[in-house]
Amino acid sequence: MKRIYLDHAATTAVDREVVQAMLPYFTETYGNASSLHSFGRDAKNALDAGRQTVADALGAQANEIIFTSGGTESDNLALTGVGKGHIITSSIEHPAILNTCKYLTGLGCEVTYVPVDSEGMVDPGDVESAIIGDTTLISVMHANNEIGTIQPISEIGAIAKDHGILFHTDAVQSFGKTEIDVRNMNIDLLSVSSHKIYGPKGVGALYIRKGVKIKPLMHGGGHEMGMRASTENIPGIVGFAKAASLAVERFESDTRHLTGLKDMLIAGVMDSIDDVTLNGNPTERLPNNANLRFAFVEGESLLMHLDMKGIAVSTGSACSSASLDPSHVLLAIGIAPEDIHGSIRFTLGRGNTESEIKYVLEVLPEIVGKLRAMSPLAGR
Amino acid sequence: MDYSEKVMDHFANPRNIGEISDADGVGTVGNPTCGDMTTVYIRVTDGRIADIKFKTFGCAAAIATASMTTELALGMTLDDALAMSRNDVADALDGLPAVKMHCSNLAADALHAAIEEYLAK
Repeated sequence: MKRIYLDHAATTAVDREVVQAMLPYFTETYGNASSLHSFGRDAKNALDAGRQTVADALGAQANEIIFTSGGTESDNLALTGVGKGHIITSSIEHPAILNTCKYLTGLGCEVTYVPVDSEGMVDPGDVESAIIGDTTLISVMHANNEIGTIQPISEIGAIAKDHGILFHTDAVQSFGKTEIDVRNMNIDLLSVSSHKIYGPKGVGALYIRKGVKIKPLMHGGGHEMGMRASTENIPGIVGFAKAASLAVERFESDTRHLTGLKDMLIAGVMDSIDDVTLNGNPTERLPNNANLRFAFVEGESLLMHLDMKGIAVSTGSACSSASLDPSHVLLAIGIAPEDIHGSIRFTLGRGNTESEIKYVLEVLPEIVGKLRAMSPLAGR
Repeated sequence: MDYSEKVMDHFANPRNIGEISDADGVGTVGNPTCGDMTTVYIRVTDGRIADIKFKTFGCAAAIATASMTTELALGMTLDDALAMSRNDVADALDGLPAVKMHCSNLAADALHAAIEEYLAK
């Protein structure tokens, strides 16, 4: 059976060019970047080049980039590294932020969670109103992983700057899909991940504006300018850097391709199925995200039917999560729990084609129809 | 989610879907807020379940357990059907993931509610 992957917000396939770029660093250029001999210097050169590439993609300087094991570590390092006193974040952050805030609350920090509107947008005015005397950090994600809403982070960054407060943004989902310039956007700390941009898993980065002092999470040999001990993952970093440079190079064509497929999917679903709603903001949205709510059906059963047809998606339904809690993001935008259960996230990627979307549009109405026919909620 | 083949079969091809317009008993359990709701319709002849249909809003486990419950209950005496437990349904499906065990309550409870409605008439 042909399989169609529409879950790129979860992870992506590693680009073949990225794999090729990585390969020599397993078996030939395998040195430890801290070693003084030629093997070490070769590894160090690859590390420096990778750091420069990632910095360039963000509008940063190389010495402002710390490589980590991924988005979660970058978020943890940012928040625990600078957060004390009072922290402001949003109610729709990724668990890597929310659970780190919970951890910091246990250590005596106070956290304010600003709400979002019905499209998942933070009001910068709410952020400013939440600032109190000992606010040290504002952390608001760039784009949401579930509904794709893109936040006004330049404005939030400007507010933070005016008040002399640090501003962190989790850009794991937006990196490669929207323009990022840490200087213009007044960003002090920014998290990115490799495996969301066709790079390998297990590597990411934290941008730390020059002059911002952070407390490390990992203690050891003083790698990464003393901010992240552990022998550098050179193959991973080389792969991440290659993926980042491809993302920059292909930015316009990717955006055009993804936007076209996303619009085709949303319009096609709306045309062929009744009682469907788009979750999130229609315009301030990642080009590859279509989060749709199908009334009267439950998301896990919809997901499983699509899976049986070879189509991979994800759902905000409680029934699909180990905790059995419905999506906190969909709750925060004011969707009733019974409607959250019927929400499906389609996230498109570079490799998807029009014919794949056509196939989805062929099979989806039948699946929704079948589930609605057995739903006691439909037609009540 | 690790579903057994039987769960996937009953989910993909659910038995006894629908309503019985002049049912002898109807039972509804669950609510849409929690993400699952099942209604069971029965027709009773000579103390046995002569016909049974269901409708479910819910996950794959909820649909499969409702389907299996109706298959097991068809032809049963009311006493046997009332004695049917969540574990009987889960066992007949070769088990359910632990996090989904509560789904198996739903269908058996809806069946019991339908029988109780019939008996109360």
